[in-house]
Amino acid sequence: MNPASGNAQAAAFDFPVWFKQTFDIKFEKLLSSLGDTVYMLGWGLIIGAVIGFILALLLVFCRKGGLWQNRVVYAVVNVYVNIVRSMPFIITLVFVFPLTRLIVGKTYGSTAMLVPLVIFISPYLARLMENSLLEVSPGIIEAAQAMGATTWQIITRFMLPEALSSIVLALTTGTVGLLGATAMAGYAGGGGVGDLALTYGYQRYNLPLLILTIVILVLFVQLLQLLGNKISARLRAHR
Amino acid sequence: MIQIEHVSKTFAGGSGDVHALRDVSIRVEKGEIYGIVGFSGAGKSTLLRLVNGLERPDEGSVTVNGQKLAALNKAQLRLLRRKIGMVFQQFNLLEGKTVFANVAIPLKLAGVSREETERRVAEVLRFVELEDKRTAYVSQLSGGQKQRVGIARALATNPEILLCDEATSALDPQTTESILRLLQRVNREMGVTILLITHQMQVIQMICSKVAVMEQGRVVEEGAVLDVFGRPKAEVTRRFVRTVINDRIPEKFVTVVRSETRYQQVELLKFIGDAVQEPLIAQLCRTPGLEVNILGANIQEMQGSVMSVFILQLIGEEALVAAAEERIDAAGALRERLVMDE
Repeated sequence: MNPASGNAQAAAFDFPVWFKQTFDIKFEKLLSSLGDTVYMLGWGLIIGAVIGFILALLLVFCRKGGLWQNRVVYAVVNVYVNIVRSMPFIITLVFVFPLTRLIVGKTYGSTAMLVPLVIFISPYLARLMENSLLEVSPGIIEAAQAMGATTWQIITRFMLPEALSSIVLALTTGTVGLLGATAMAGYAGGGGVGDLALTYGYQRYNLPLLILTIVILVLFVQLLQLLGNKISARLRAHR
Repeated sequence: MIQIEHVSKTFAGGSGDVHALRDVSIRVEKGEIYGIVGFSGAGKSTLLRLVNGLERPDEGSVTVNGQKLAALNKAQLRLLRRKIGMVFQQFNLLEGKTVFANVAIPLKLAGVSREETERRVAEVLRFVELEDKRTAYVSQLSGGQKQRVGIARALATNPEILLCDEATSALDPQTTESILRLLQRVNREMGVTILLITHQMQVIQMICSKVAVMEQGRVVEEGAVLDVFGRPKAEVTRRFVRTVINDRIPEKFVTVVRSETRYQQVELLKFIGDAVQEPLIAQLCRTPGLEVNILGANIQEMQGSVMSVFILQLIGEEALVAAAEERIDAAGALRERLVMDE
């Protein structure tokens, strides 16, 4: 099977067969694992970003001198964010099993894993987006108020456009963190590339597969970061 | 138009309470350009923000256009704010957006139709002479151009009142002058009442008709600009007036004056308007036995009028000097003896 020999059999290169021989899993398995990872990453990011944004707004508006200055709400959100962020994901994952069962009905599969993933990532994204929102100059918000803008208009027409480029970078950082968490979630029954690496690669001493998954994850992170930087730079182009 | 009555405001600070305003009352009439001058921390910024409800007073009342601010709910306050434009020292524009987008924002907030927004933005951009910068991004503009955009944005909703928060303090002298001329046009051509705060007496001199001087949360002096410049009472006012009208005697002359052994008086003369000063001084010079030295002279234009300041040293017999003083008073000059203590 030496491709350099140039005979007819080598010309009819069979990729699935080659893949199975080299990595000891079917190519479809890799694709479905990738699908699972993207599924968990995508939905986890979307739901986590929405919840995170709400938490970030509460942190920004309820803080001292903020628009809704409210010591109690700020303290509650602040402590919640700190507590969740200080818990390792694997602990959060097990800890919220009852909640996961309540919401999804089961504690395995990629959909079920979204519950701990969102709980894990939203405070992290909240902290990052809080910083982005705090970068918006108080003068802009004052100008908005002076124009008679409602709170909703202040958020959508002034703060979001001003902070968007910074928020995109924050989300990029958050996504990379979330990718790490999906590997653990996968191991606990969610599937995905991380699960592939651990159960098929590590436990079966399948070194080529382990390396392949690492390459895929590295490329994935590079791609995400590149995309995030590009979008952010585009948004910042005229600043 | 704007009535602020017996207003007090205290902020809780780290090192004790800060009395930003102490029993302040001012009244701005329709069509005026009213200036509030004070050093930083005098409370003028807080006072300005009472007018559009960005600050609420602890005591006292604020009435704008017959409406008591304290009686308005949030929605009513927002409606009132659309009738009050505000311009800032740091412009506070959305840097990443175009000039058009920035000027259109208040109209979009108010739910104005797209065609009407286009029309109105074009109109105000023409007024501030920036119609060619419509599609430029704010970050590409100079400071003066940014402030023009800020003014255009403030004017977009056709306000009756314009609040200027140190609008020219971040600009160089030339740009300051062009922005002040623009504000003057806003006042004259659009009939907008302007309330501005500044720490630059030149701003007051150039465009204001009335002025209030603030120090440590109080209004220490208030009145028509010419009166306040002519006869400043409070020490802080004198200091401000001195920044535009130099009434100090050069140090070299001070020694000359002090070394004079004959009877003498040093007089500060201010002429307001087109009162003819030269014949007066010429007459004084021609008085036999009276020696007149001009130690300083300064002419300032303000409020479409002229203020001339002379510092004269009068030497001669006491009666002659007294007669000269009478003559000066009769000529309608504001006169003040300067005491030259060692």
